[in-house]
Amino acid sequence: MLAIARQRILGQSFQKIRPAVSVLRSYSSAAKQITVREALNSALDEEMSADPKVFLMGEEVGEYQGAYKITKGLLEKYGPERVLDTPITEAGFTGIGVGAAYYGLKPVVEFMTFNFSMQAIDHIINSAAKSNYMSAGQISVPIVFRGPNGAAAGVGAQHSQCYASWYASCPGLKVLSPYNSEDARGLLKAAIRDPDPVVFLENELLYGESFPVSDEVLDSSFCIPIGKAKIEREGKDVTITAFSKMVGYALKAAEILEKDGIHAEVINLRSIRPLDRSTINASVRKTNRLVTVEEGFPQHGVGAEICASVVEESFAYLDAPVERIAGADVPMPYAANLERMAVPQIEDIVRAARRACYRSVPLAAAA
Amino acid sequence: MALSYLRSSSSRSVNLLKPLSSSLPLRRPISTDTTPITVETSVPFTSHQCDAPSRSVETNPKELLTFFRDMALMRRMEIAADSLYKAKLIRGFCHLYDGQEAVAVGMEAAVTKKDCIITAYRDHCTFIGRGGTLLEVFAELMGRQAGCSKGKGGSMHFYKKDSNFYGGHGIVGAQVPLGCGLAFAQKYSKDETVTFALYGDGAANQGQLFEALNISALWDLPAILVCENNHYGMGTAEWRAAKSPAYYKRGDYVPGLKVDGMDALAVKQACKFAKEHALKNGPIILEMDTYRYHGHSMSDPGSTYRTRDEISGVRQERDPIERIRKLILSHDLATEKELKDIEKEVRKEVDDTITQAKESPMPEPSELFTNVYAKGLGVESFGADRKEVRATLP
Repeated sequence: MLAIARQRILGQSFQKIRPAVSVLRSYSSAAKQITVREALNSALDEEMSADPKVFLMGEEVGEYQGAYKITKGLLEKYGPERVLDTPITEAGFTGIGVGAAYYGLKPVVEFMTFNFSMQAIDHIINSAAKSNYMSAGQISVPIVFRGPNGAAAGVGAQHSQCYASWYASCPGLKVLSPYNSEDARGLLKAAIRDPDPVVFLENELLYGESFPVSDEVLDSSFCIPIGKAKIEREGKDVTITAFSKMVGYALKAAEILEKDGIHAEVINLRSIRPLDRSTINASVRKTNRLVTVEEGFPQHGVGAEICASVVEESFAYLDAPVERIAGADVPMPYAANLERMAVPQIEDIVRAARRACYRSVPLAAAA
Repeated sequence: MALSYLRSSSSRSVNLLKPLSSSLPLRRPISTDTTPITVETSVPFTSHQCDAPSRSVETNPKELLTFFRDMALMRRMEIAADSLYKAKLIRGFCHLYDGQEAVAVGMEAAVTKKDCIITAYRDHCTFIGRGGTLLEVFAELMGRQAGCSKGKGGSMHFYKKDSNFYGGHGIVGAQVPLGCGLAFAQKYSKDETVTFALYGDGAANQGQLFEALNISALWDLPAILVCENNHYGMGTAEWRAAKSPAYYKRGDYVPGLKVDGMDALAVKQACKFAKEHALKNGPIILEMDTYRYHGHSMSDPGSTYRTRDEISGVRQERDPIERIRKLILSHDLATEKELKDIEKEVRKEVDDTITQAKESPMPEPSELFTNVYAKGLGVESFGADRKEVRATLP
């Protein structure tokens, strides 16, 4: 199963699995295919071109062309004054980025992975997120913190954590997480244009995946509104919420559920904070059942917040308890079989959806 | 009513002094007199990796009188804040600057409002130096609408962006990388201005300081790191916290200057020197040898880790206001009575402002939800009971 998952991730057999029907429903004139990497790179390029105040900062973003090649070609195009290679000192360079934003510039600070953002988290929360409030609107902080978040493949405990719920709990921050190329372009452009601090959580394993994009998406003015989720697949039996890589898994789970006559509605959150509670609740009021999916640790996670929101706003509409699929409640192990158990798989989502629909096979007596 | 008391003061002093000058026709109005006077700093500068500036500082009667008045105002303001805190009108943290006034006024004399200043939480006087008003200070301390942060910041979160004062920070050391970021932005924007990032001897050991200094030196940022060394990081004396308390040398490859921080003219000279240096050669460290009379904050009596003799000794020998007073008197720029009148006037100003500040109302409940974002996108926010209290963020 892992080998197949890996193949899918590398985008080789992706086209075979996706049914033509949903492609036509989701995209207007699906002509061109671009990878998430190309989407991010073009978004950065266009925003730097449009606004001279935008500059990039991070480890290896310049001469190395980006640790994951997201910033490829930008040093050549914009020069070393606007694409800055930093030493390996997150607290220092993040503070410098926030200070530059205080003055009115628009920094895009890259963390090689969000695990390293913990070294700089005081600046993200105390120096960036809270400044507009503490200064009663005098000091706004138009900064973007971006980089890969969550599990990669085989990188172990210290390099695999998902930070969505940590950052999303903080008022003053906006937290976005794209899934496909359209999301990557639209959300990154919106983040850079936004006057508030934005945490932009990408996914390393999605960088190489290709997705179809319309001409509208490729236009340099394309932007996705912050705070709005997208219904990737409509359904009427169960709502499945997900973000980032898990959207792909949820869509595949929906196809499997379709065969059993369960029509799942898949919501791509896109924005973790602000959370699009109205789209989620409207969907649950239609389907009456909810499965939340995330890669991160389960306790106090994104799914917990979504569940609470639905219980508060749409309790009478729930026909079953809310189901939560999340990463395992353990530090990420290295061994491939244990790693596979530590992150959600498609069958986990399918099983949870069946439970929510009271269609699951009864648990075996031995446990 | 938010007048800049500092600016209007010179016209008031002229009015006060006019009768005196008319009775002594040979004396010129001192508050506008810019005849240069040269004064020697109390001690020479000590330098690290650079040539120290001269001990001879150019000043004039107007400047000296402004120093006197500004420092007297700051001193009176901090003492009044002490009383307000004990009367429970100020809550939480209150870190007072009395004793250190020379650093704030000396720095302002050397720079413009286009240069940036950022400091930690001992920020009341720095804010006044940047043009903030007494009303904004007292109202903010008491959490009222007329406060500089509309009552939502408190003692540690004063800002004045229009004169490039960027706060007001509670996390020890965080303001230093932020200050280097301001310097980065100044260089990026080709503004030919500099940033002064102030920190204490306690913060001087923070790792992020060295991270920011490294980047500033690599990228030639016009950043001036100013260590306000009052010799105690909260209750810990400098020799117990720093293996090397020679803070002006801690930049290693970055030049540094040690300055008598109780001498406003020495501070002015050092800041002028540092600005010229930073614009040409990148970062420089200034160590201001200063002293705080109060404890670390209002919760700290300040006498458990230092002797009362030490405190009164500094007050007698090195007080910054007394130094300027002696200078003014020895150069015959004003009489003792005139200076005492200024102090009385300042005291009245402070008292009147406190009365005014007490009348400012507390923020409206709806202010709980304002300024969370610059652009709220119409998103919902919640109070403690989200079914009771919700708001839409504009």
